[in-house]
Amino acid sequence: MNVSTNVPLGGHAEPLAQRLAELRGPAPQRSLNARSLAALAANPGCRRRAVLDAAGVDKSVLAARLGRPAPFGQSPFAIARGLVFESRLKADGYAALLEPLRAHLGVPADDRAPLLVPDLLHRSGPAVRADRTAEALARAAADPDAWTLLDHPMLRLAVAGSTAYLEPDALVVHGGRCTVVEIKSFPVLDGGADPAKVGAAARQAAVYVLALQHAAAAAAGLPLADDPYTEQRLPGSPRTSVLLVCPKDFGNRPTAVAVDVRRELATTRRQLSRMTGIGRLLAALPPGTDFDLATDEDGAPARSTEQLTAAVEAVPAAYSPDCLSTCELGFHCRARARCDDRVEQLGRGVRGELGSIRTVAEALAAASGAGTPDTAALDADDTDGAHEAAERLAYAAALRAEALGTGHPGADRLGTERNPAGA
Amino acid sequence: MSLLTTLARLEAVRSGRAEPLATVRHRHLSERPMVLVPLTAAGESGAPLAVMLGTDRDAPRLHLVPQPLNRTLRFDFLAALAADLLPYLESFGEDVEQIEGSEKDPETGEKTQVFRELCTDAPQLIVPNAAGVHHLALIGRSTRFRRTAEDAEPGPHPAPLRVPLLGRWLTHLTDRAQVPGSSLLLPMTGLLARHWATGQSHLEDQHLAARLAWHFPPPGLTGAQAAELAESERDEHGQLVHPPAGPATDPAFDAGVLAPAIARYDAAVNALQHSTEQGDEAAAEHARAAVRSAVEHLERALRAVLLPTWRDVWQGLDLLRTLPPAGHLEERWTGDRWSYTGHRDRLAAGEPPQPRQDDAVTAARKLAQREREQARLDVQEALDDPLAMAEHRLSGEAFSGVVTEVVLEYDTTGRSPKPRPLVTLRTADRPHADLGREAHRVHGPSAQKARIVAVDPAEGTVTLRVLSGMGRKKEPEPGSLPEPGEPVTFTLFELTVRQSAPLPEPDDTPWTHGGPPGTAPVAGPSATGPSATVAASEDWE
Repeated sequence: MNVSTNVPLGGHAEPLAQRLAELRGPAPQRSLNARSLAALAANPGCRRRAVLDAAGVDKSVLAARLGRPAPFGQSPFAIARGLVFESRLKADGYAALLEPLRAHLGVPADDRAPLLVPDLLHRSGPAVRADRTAEALARAAADPDAWTLLDHPMLRLAVAGSTAYLEPDALVVHGGRCTVVEIKSFPVLDGGADPAKVGAAARQAAVYVLALQHAAAAAAGLPLADDPYTEQRLPGSPRTSVLLVCPKDFGNRPTAVAVDVRRELATTRRQLSRMTGIGRLLAALPPGTDFDLATDEDGAPARSTEQLTAAVEAVPAAYSPDCLSTCELGFHCRARARCDDRVEQLGRGVRGELGSIRTVAEALAAASGAGTPDTAALDADDTDGAHEAAERLAYAAALRAEALGTGHPGADRLGTERNPAGA
Repeated sequence: MSLLTTLARLEAVRSGRAEPLATVRHRHLSERPMVLVPLTAAGESGAPLAVMLGTDRDAPRLHLVPQPLNRTLRFDFLAALAADLLPYLESFGEDVEQIEGSEKDPETGEKTQVFRELCTDAPQLIVPNAAGVHHLALIGRSTRFRRTAEDAEPGPHPAPLRVPLLGRWLTHLTDRAQVPGSSLLLPMTGLLARHWATGQSHLEDQHLAARLAWHFPPPGLTGAQAAELAESERDEHGQLVHPPAGPATDPAFDAGVLAPAIARYDAAVNALQHSTEQGDEAAAEHARAAVRSAVEHLERALRAVLLPTWRDVWQGLDLLRTLPPAGHLEERWTGDRWSYTGHRDRLAAGEPPQPRQDDAVTAARKLAQREREQARLDVQEALDDPLAMAEHRLSGEAFSGVVTEVVLEYDTTGRSPKPRPLVTLRTADRPHADLGREAHRVHGPSAQKARIVAVDPAEGTVTLRVLSGMGRKKEPEPGSLPEPGEPVTFTLFELTVRQSAPLPEPDDTPWTHGGPPGTAPVAGPSATGPSATVAASEDWE
């Protein structure tokens, strides 16, 4: 279980990308996007997710092969609603989008400084589009008086040895700096919005800000500031507040809200820097492990379900019930957690309550007063914690049994208060 | 989540079935609840798609919006829902009792006797889950400011007459649902979670069918297996065998069933419009039949998706009715009846709809009320249910034991000696019993206060000096003190809830809190004019 952090990387002379490609096999790489990068931040402790995402393994396909397909999907109505809202914003030369931006960024209403909207070659490949975006951004940042809107620019971000292409909804450039604009179709109702959705949007926008910070620092020939909370004021560098444009109340009129994403930015940076340390996780994998999801001409899979299961098991996961709504492998990891009788299946908070007790059986044994849990594997602090948790559990069990009138659960086992009715 | 709840969950994992978290039912259940299962159109907040409702489990009624993006159809739906729901909500307003009270004249300070009406019963809405409550709140928010044809300025899109009224009722009910222990509007998952623990997380418990699977696992399956089946089992068309309780529908249902059915409806409507424009009566007749058939098709699809949840909610009600009602239910339900009566009176007095945002005083009052009710609920549940009291005993805020000794002592400092007996009890509990701390006797013949005077953790004994509840005579009233050998429980918290300090009337809001409502412009993004502009800017389309 324990992955030593001191494993020498000498055995893996080949570049990281090569090793990751091997893990993935011939199946097409599932490229990282802002959503998947942001989702990584949701469960930072999960090595399984880190490895699979870095290798670009299609987790949906993998989950289906493991027998527990991901329950995700997006309703066609939700997609249509998002498209309708965005196209309304961009109609008539971005008139509807500019209205809320004016209030926040001071985009002039008259023709003193007309809004420039450069063509970003949307029909080209991502690499061409990213180059074009970089050019357009540099040109826009060079003229501090101009107002430029980059519609669906393409950004590059190096993640764990491979390049991820990211596509924000829009960037507004003025005064040599740019602001990320993220368009979402959930409403801002009476000045407030669903915090879960705002949080997800902020995490996603933070990935864009990070990519822009990297680009600006590279263009200036400077390293990225160590402290994620410092705003580097370089030409073309992004502001750390992003603009969220949402429908106002129940209508289609947009409203913009500035969201400070510095905290999300710090989390994302930490996550991504850990991903570049992915080599250590890979080094701990048994030789020959891979997640090859390809099938040959007859449709026969390259790897059997057993092989895939074993490969997935080789990377430890940090399951919590939140995973069910964010990770494709959630159902698989839940089934494993249940199989292993682990207490995490009940939620993250339970781990804290039960101290170092890790399994349901151990916890229930402690509750019935059947002595201390197995402490051989634990150090002194953990042993104390285990004793204390066990004692509290036994006390709780006695109270519960008294209240329910069922007798102490341990009493029967000890033979002291055997129920005369015989259970 | 407390350790006792965790323990119950652990036991449920082992037994594969739901385990009790209460020995009595802690929420009032109406004899005639209105079960309401709403569905929302994906992608648009608060856009209704359908609702199944009724007070008879064998006769659910279905209302739906054949094209959720069409405002007129949405208004038709809301008007039908209002016509269905309002008679139920209003039916409790007729039967009243007179409650005697006194009112202080603000000028002379003289008290006068007054009678106030209190409705003898109140409505109760049951929805599948907390998201259902939120959805009703959104419908309430989106409809209560609507202008109707009867208004002075009906605006370009007047709503049907009773729609704003529906919005005001839904707003009131969803607001009241925030008050701890209230029962006018209850989510079934929340009700079940209060009374039983499952062997899965709270997150998974939000899925009503998965939750119920722990109560009724099919033979041969554990609760966990049955719950997973309820979450993920799909038929040969890729549709969930047990659709989620909503209000959001399964994306696969949207894509595979709903979208084609709505497209079919749209095509039929377009054909009808075309043939009407052309004046082709035969084609129009044919198209009308096609529209009817498309609506029926949608009805069948939505009914199929709603019925499993409808049955689940009723099954949940059956399950809850197996528990005996808690002692304080009646008292808390009276609070709900006052809330219902108050809203009835405000409507009758012609007051405007609830504002988008409360003024400072109203907000403070609501908050104070919720805090007070939470404290009251905690105390009442502990008094009603030994399992709830066990939570307090575990946390050291209460202790139970058997009386070992009662020594009659007197306080002779006053003119006449007063009984101040010492009661010693043996307990296995470990209360935070600091010397001198006040304790309160649970289930005594009258309210009884005592002070802790000695604690011996090694012996497991606590000695208390009883201070009150013994009558006015020199000798304690017979039966007012516990006897040796009697089991007793004391709490370290008071058993009655204190009233918070009074808040000013909204018209007396101090300037520090924005002054009386309506005097100063509200700052920030919430600044919008009167509700006319609100309605105008909120055209759904």
